[in-house]
Order: sequence, then C-alpha cells, then structure tokens
Amino acid sequence: MVEFTLPANSKIGTGQTHAAAAGAGDIKRFRIYRWNPDDGKNPVVDTYEVDRDSCGPMVLDALIKIKNEIDPSLTFRRSCREGVCGSCAMNIDGTNTLACTKFIDDIKGDAKIYPLPHMPVIKDLVPDLTQAYAQYASVKPWIQTHSVAPPDREWLQSQDERKELDGLYECVLCFSCTTSCPSYWWNADRYLGPAVLLQAYRWIADSRDDGTGERLDDLEDPFRLYRCHTIMNCSKTCPKSLNPAQAIGEIKKLLVERL
Amino acid sequence: MDSANRPLSPHLQVYQPQLTSVLSILHRMTGVWLGVGTLVLAYWLIAAVMGPEAYGTAQDIIGSWLGLLFLFGWSYALFYHLCNGIRHLFWDAGYGYDLEVAARSGWAMVLFSIILTVLAWGLGIIAGGG
Repeated sequence: MVEFTLPANSKIGTGQTHAAAAGAGDIKRFRIYRWNPDDGKNPVVDTYEVDRDSCGPMVLDALIKIKNEIDPSLTFRRSCREGVCGSCAMNIDGTNTLACTKFIDDIKGDAKIYPLPHMPVIKDLVPDLTQAYAQYASVKPWIQTHSVAPPDREWLQSQDERKELDGLYECVLCFSCTTSCPSYWWNADRYLGPAVLLQAYRWIADSRDDGTGERLDDLEDPFRLYRCHTIMNCSKTCPKSLNPAQAIGEIKKLLVERL
Repeated sequence: MDSANRPLSPHLQVYQPQLTSVLSILHRMTGVWLGVGTLVLAYWLIAAVMGPEAYGTAQDIIGSWLGLLFLFGWSYALFYHLCNGIRHLFWDAGYGYDLEVAARSGWAMVLFSIILTVLAWGLGIIAGGG
C-alpha cells in the first residue's frame, strides 16, 4: 500500500549531540538514526562529531570509531569492510550503499545515515531482512537440472555462456537496490524487488540450468515481476555498479518472446 | 522483545530524488492528468451535442484563461506521456538501461515534449487565430 508518511511509532525525533573532544582537528558531523527496542521511545537522530585526523577514509571507519570511542551502544552490521559481504548496506547521504566502500570525502556537509529505507528496524542501523531473504529463497537460487549429469566431470560452459553471468554473479545481496525502489516500498508483500529479480535472472541466464520454463512461469505475475516500472533507483544506487533494471528488462523480454 | 512494534525506517523522507525516479513519477502524474483531461473532452463533446447554449457555456469555460491554462497543462501532459512512453518502449525492447543512456534519453524526452507542446500551440494559434 502506498503510504507517504511514516507511522506514528516511526516518526523521528532529535537526539543527543556528542561533541568532539577539545583540540580535535578536522571535524565531520555524522547524524545517525537511532532506535532502541528496549526503551519504548520513537527513533531519534543523534549527532556525533568525529575527528577525521584520527579516522579512516570510509563511512564504516567512522561508524567503528564512534562505536569504539564515543558511544558503544551504536548498532550496525559489518563484516568484511571491503564490499564483498554486503552487511553494512545503509542509507548514506540520501542513497543506499555500503558504508565500507563509501568515502567520507564524497559527502558534502553533515553525513546523514539511516537504515535501509522502508524496512522494519531491529535496532539503530539494523533492518529486518527476513522477508527479503524469504523472497530470495522463493526464486530457488540454485542450479536445477533435469538432464543426466556427466559421469566423469562437472557441467561445462563455453566462455560465451559464462560471460552471460557477468554483471549478475557479483551481487552481494546487500538489498541496497531493493530498498531504494519505490515500487518495493509500496508493495513489498507481493513484489520481489530488484535484488531478488536480478538473482532470478542470474539462474535463468545460466546455460547449465534447466529450470528456465518453471522460473519464468513463477515470475509471470502482475506483482512479483511487473511492479517494476523502470524507475531505475536500483541501478543508480547499486554499490557494485550492477544493473538490476536491465536484468528485470531481460526477464520481461523473455516472457514476451516465449508467447 | 516485541518485534511487532518495530518502527518503519524512513523512505521518501530521506531518499534523494533521482533524475530517473522524478521522470518516472511525472509519467504517472501526467497519466492521471490525461484521465482528467479526457473527462473535460467528454464534457465538451456532450455540450456540443446538447445545443448552442450548453456549447457556448463550455466554450466560455474552456476559453477562459484558467481553462486555457488547463488545456496547456493537458497538452504538455499528453506530449510528456507520449515521449516517455516511447522511451518505455525502448526499455521494453531491451535498450537504454545503461545509466548514462537513461539520463540522456530522459533529458531528450523532456526537451522533445516541450518542443512539441510549443509547436502544437504555435500552430494552433496561427491556424485558429487565437
């Protein structure tokens, strides 16, 4: 359902300001969304002043510094710190991206940081991705074969067949794209969203997979696939520079071609 | 912990409008505007059938500056929706998903819709004498 405003329990108030210590050099202000499930209050935005002279170059460096040195209660997901795990996806400076690959230098003015948009918040910058993962599982993201496996070797692919997967297999499932999509905001209960559709196409495009027909049958639905209106926020925001809008377009084309 | 009371993270409130998303919502809005315009067209045709008096009233309403402003908006909505519809056809055929191409086609579409609107009104004024 389209609902432009936030529910009453989600309206955001103003929180505390943690001023930098005296004598700090190059100060950057981080305005960060906070919500604590235990205190029964609405979310707030806290302000942290970070001394950049003793901080790494990425937004994740600043978050870790804040957690280590200023406020240990700040909660966020992170793991690889190099853009391959997809854990630290969040809304930074108005668009979704990975905190670990976003340069602080690329943010003009104060750095505003929110959780991935239009998701239930577990705590602070940690969204509940349960539904997105369930949608991912629903496209059966594994190889399906009906033909008999070669007895003495793996399934082979030509170099050209392998090339079909470039721009698809690199997805780290951070859901930056899915949560940037207005269509997904309004129809998350029925629309699969760009990340899951890109993954669906990743298996359709795989020459070794025999499940294309069933996969297309499953996607041919006014909501699961066709809520995509080519808004392209997904492709614009992808931290891995992939193009989910194009992958969705390829699925739509295949559905037309098989008529 | 009660997971039912989890807040919804902000969306429209914090997401920076993108060129492609703005053009997309304008496509939706011009589509709605075309629907309203079609009702006005129907009213004008019905008035024409009902006789000179009703038709005169309709002409007065549509010919007023407010009516002309509405007509101008309607014609722009038509050309915007038409040009962007053609852009959508290219996407449906599998072309133009590259971010740079999508931005360029977007600006070109806006430019064309403005040109077509000005052209239509220019020709209309020349042909009809205002």
